[in-house]
Amino acid sequence: MSADFGKAYFGRRYTLSASHRLHSDALTTDENRAAFGKCNNPHGHGHNYVLEVLAGGAVDPETGMVVNMAALDAVVRAQVMERFDHANLNLDPLFVNRVPTTENLCRAVFGLLKDSLPAGDIEYVRVEETENNFFQCYGAGDDSWLEMRQVSE
Amino acid sequence: MIFLTRRATFSASHYYWNDAWPAEKNEEVFGRCANRNGHGHNYTLEVTVAGEPDPVTGFVVDLKWLKDVIEREVLAAYDHRHLNLEVPEFAASKLIPTTENIAIAAWRRLEPVVTAAAEADSSRARLSRVRVYETPEIFAEYRGGL
Repeated sequence: MSADFGKAYFGRRYTLSASHRLHSDALTTDENRAAFGKCNNPHGHGHNYVLEVLAGGAVDPETGMVVNMAALDAVVRAQVMERFDHANLNLDPLFVNRVPTTENLCRAVFGLLKDSLPAGDIEYVRVEETENNFFQCYGAGDDSWLEMRQVSE
Repeated sequence: MIFLTRRATFSASHYYWNDAWPAEKNEEVFGRCANRNGHGHNYTLEVTVAGEPDPVTGFVVDLKWLKDVIEREVLAAYDHRHLNLEVPEFAASKLIPTTENIAIAAWRRLEPVVTAAAEADSSRARLSRVRVYETPEIFAEYRGGL
């Protein structure tokens, strides 16, 4: 298949375990309880998150690949897993003034990876918090808050 | 627009090797996948057809028909086969059967059949997406090059 068949996609799933507490300093104790329920419990709780990354791009005719999986894994390990796996998300500089909901984690992962892929571009980042809820992000949007990622690197 | 997906599984073996490269480079780039004795996977194929439900049947496309098409066009050729050695689109041109190339190859087998059937039925159903899972954590997708 030496002809150009345009764009294809390569997807990879990773698991990471982390704790968080949904709490906003902008809300009162009662408002936090009302907004976040048991997710606001003071000592936090954890999840086995599943992270799914879909990379899109042309298939390299020499390798048959959009992106080499080992190279993608190395980037995700360095940028995301070493940062968040077995960590307390609330203590990460990205979440000092931002509630570590899975929506925000999804955007943070997108921002951390978007300029780092060894080949191709991110089509989406998906984060599954449990088997019954997941979040998908097709762009980091206004990711100026992610500039603080430079601080911790 | 409704997107309807049918899932199917097949088991096949393959290896990754580019004849234009020396053995050392193949092993460096492809790692264990370059083992020339091959290895196998239980693949899961997801075929998505997009269209409007027919006003009489409520179907975008008849799922039983789609199941039969997937079995005839893809599974009959791929299931319990060595992709590099026995499947024409990979064997003839030594195309590397990566997950990406399997998704493209399955699309090329299915798309003309789905399109021809839709035209015969005056339906606007079209193949939208083919996704191939090599393992639950590794997959590739093709949407016709878009």
